[in-house]
Amino acid sequence: MNAWLAQHGAALASAFRRLWSAPLNTLLSLLVIGIALTLPAFGYVLLDNLRDLGRSVSGVQQISMFMNLDASKKEVGEIENRLKQAATGKWRFVPKEDALKRMQDSEGMAEIVASLPRNPLPDAFIVEPTNSEPEALEILRKEIAGWPKIAHVQLDSAWVKRFDAFIRLAKLALWMLAAIFAAGLVAVTFNTIRLQVMAQAAEIEVARMIGATDAFIRRPFYYFGALQGALGGLLAAALIIGALSLLAAPVGELAALYGGNFSMRSPSIIEVTALAGVGAFLGWLGAQLSVSLSLRKFD
Amino acid sequence: MIVASNLSKRYPGGYEAVKDVSFAIEAGQMVLITGHSGAGKSTLVKLIAAIERPTSGSLVVNGQNLSALRRSAIPYLRRNFGMVFQDQKLLFDRSALDNVMLPLQIVGLPRREAIRRAQAALDKVGLLAREKAKPIALSGGEQQRLAIARAVVNRPAVLLADEPNGNLDIDSASEILEIFASFHQVGVTVVVATHDQHWIERYHPNVLRLGHGSLV
Repeated sequence: MNAWLAQHGAALASAFRRLWSAPLNTLLSLLVIGIALTLPAFGYVLLDNLRDLGRSVSGVQQISMFMNLDASKKEVGEIENRLKQAATGKWRFVPKEDALKRMQDSEGMAEIVASLPRNPLPDAFIVEPTNSEPEALEILRKEIAGWPKIAHVQLDSAWVKRFDAFIRLAKLALWMLAAIFAAGLVAVTFNTIRLQVMAQAAEIEVARMIGATDAFIRRPFYYFGALQGALGGLLAAALIIGALSLLAAPVGELAALYGGNFSMRSPSIIEVTALAGVGAFLGWLGAQLSVSLSLRKFD
Repeated sequence: MIVASNLSKRYPGGYEAVKDVSFAIEAGQMVLITGHSGAGKSTLVKLIAAIERPTSGSLVVNGQNLSALRRSAIPYLRRNFGMVFQDQKLLFDRSALDNVMLPLQIVGLPRREAIRRAQAALDKVGLLAREKAKPIALSGGEQQRLAIARAVVNRPAVLLADEPNGNLDIDSASEILEIFASFHQVGVTVVVATHDQHWIERYHPNVLRLGHGSLV
């Protein structure tokens, strides 16, 4: 156990020493890794913020309310009065005849509509409430549902759905981008480690001859790859936080112009740790591939 | 301790460096492998250290048959040996002390203990005063002594050397000779490939004389 700890400690220390002993190389590698991680991670943060924005400002919301089929003109008028009194916002009335006519105009529907014995469509109101907070909408929906001769009330969330679909698409694109940059990161580490193995060929050869196991020889390179990746991840987090703080003022101004109150959310400690972790894992993977290939020639 | 029977090594291309060699080396013996250059001395040393694999025959070290040895077991086999190479194979990017510490790091000895033992080994070969020197600053004889310190620091059962005084002047060579003899005296098995006749005259060791790959 002690020997095991001592060996891992020594490998980690040697990884630090190697990073420290070539500051320019280290800086360049960290920049490459940092930037490769920054792009997808920054996209993720932006999307995350955009989704929050979508939730808080859910745009133009509509409530569709459908009357019973047997509702009379008088009863429709009664609802109209109630809407006026409630002063919930803009609204318009869609008579069932109009609705049928619109349906008839649609391609291929004319014959079907003509074959119907009577109009199956109800009278309807479309309301655009002034208060579009989700809770207020829900309260309004419930209230309207209690009115006489109302068959069905529907919250139209098409806009939210479209926005969600957009976010999903953007996320997918982001994942693809992330995969490409992850491969890039692995390749960068691969190359760094390959050069190191070449530079330390003498040490590796001697260590092999005097009884070093494969694990002993590989360990410092794994630590190096993981350490470099983790530091690259932290650099990426720093770049993102820096960019967000630069964006904070203009975003605030823009939000104020729209009468909103919106600020960008910075990555949390957990997200920063995760970024460093992803960097470390990819670095380790690159080191693993590189060492496996480079050490073959020592056999 | 080291038993070879009908041992042969043929290199790719057909050159047969060791031909049908049989011998047994007992623990605590001093054994010289002699012969003209190209007789197969180096190859025999490499076979014993599992740096080369035999083409045929068997070689048993410490009860382990090297032909059947798994690749992952080789490092542990090599830890039985203190190896001294003809070209020393010192690492020139680090101090004498760090060179000697390498075998101890490989077995995972705590740093403090490793430093203590490495200094003791340097003291035995008379290099303690030069512990901070880089190998490039050492003379040929000192470099060879440093290589010996690295070989013995882990207290191996067998000291295995390939032409340890090949490129040295007479004084340095005889110093090396005395160091090997002193390890033999405290019970270490010493196996040395050399063409230096002084060994035989002074210590009357067991001799394996090779000629064109075979024992003569």
